[in-house]
Amino acid sequence: MSETYIKRSRDTAARMLGDEMIIMSVKDSRVFTLNPTASIIWGAADGITTLREIVARDLVPEFEIDTEAAYQDALELVGQLAQEGILMVTDHPIPAEQP
Amino acid sequence: MPRMSESGAYGTSVAIGGLPIGISSADPEFIAMLERRYAGFLGAADDAAIRLEVDLVAPARIGDDEELEVGRDGRRWTMSRGDFRADWDPISKQGRVRQAAYPYAIDSVLRIVHSLVLAERGGFLLHAASAIRGGRAFIFSGVSGAGKTTISRLAPSDVTLLTDEISYVREAGQGYRAFGTPFAGELGRPGENLAAPVAALYFLAKGSSDAARPLAASSAARRLLRNILFFADERPLVEKLFRTACDFVSRVPVYELTFRPGAEVWDLVR
Repeated sequence: MSETYIKRSRDTAARMLGDEMIIMSVKDSRVFTLNPTASIIWGAADGITTLREIVARDLVPEFEIDTEAAYQDALELVGQLAQEGILMVTDHPIPAEQP
Repeated sequence: MPRMSESGAYGTSVAIGGLPIGISSADPEFIAMLERRYAGFLGAADDAAIRLEVDLVAPARIGDDEELEVGRDGRRWTMSRGDFRADWDPISKQGRVRQAAYPYAIDSVLRIVHSLVLAERGGFLLHAASAIRGGRAFIFSGVSGAGKTTISRLAPSDVTLLTDEISYVREAGQGYRAFGTPFAGELGRPGENLAAPVAALYFLAKGSSDAARPLAASSAARRLLRNILFFADERPLVEKLFRTACDFVSRVPVYELTFRPGAEVWDLVR
């Protein structure tokens, strides 16, 4: 079974306001708001940790939810964010960019 | 009559938010027109922090239906629209504007230059009316038709209008200050050249009754970012503007202000 890796696009600026993450695409100034669950996934999207690990480590204990259902929801979410161009989703680790 | 410099050009200076921008031209009538338009915001031309030299051309010399474009050519900002071409160097602080002898083009150039300078300094221009009451500034933001001019017209006598169209906001100490601007909307007159600490930001919505509903910071930031005037897409500046907007909504109370066109709405603004 292939794994899913996610990484925040470098063309974004993000900040936590209250319990929501607000993200702006620097390329076209579109603004997105993520709910607390999506904010946790966004914050953990380092390109190295698998989505399955993120769900098990950060979401399941926090929200006491079913692991597989949470993972399917997370897959759907990251697909949407990828379509918006603010998150990279691949089946292999995404190395850190050189400064 | 405008004053002629040693170089033979005529000049004036328009100071908004405490930033004087010198404007010079070979045509004294053009400068006189600007001095009438920006009366109340004029400063000494010699004190200008930024200088724009205007070359006047016949209206047909520049394309009519071009959209506004703002970009970077090396260190210079370039700006063009159907009715003007301009560039400005933020290091030397010198710029040139090529336009017909109408005020609208230089008005746009001033807005663009101020938006670029403000972004660097932790501020922004906002589609908003603003006013001072009791020594504090209140900002009323919305798109065209949201009620900026309406709420300005309804202002009671103890309120001083800063603008009914484009508000100038800049970080200052522990908070933000709003400054008057000469950029007028349907009210047709410039604001007062005054400033005060920002007490609240209201996003306007017309309704059947008057009510002010506090907005969550994330919702406030989204709305604020939608209404900020910013013309460039340079990454560091856009990121800075984003940080400023998030900081602003963390430090200033933000409300949705629903109102029907009546003076009573000002009872909610204190």
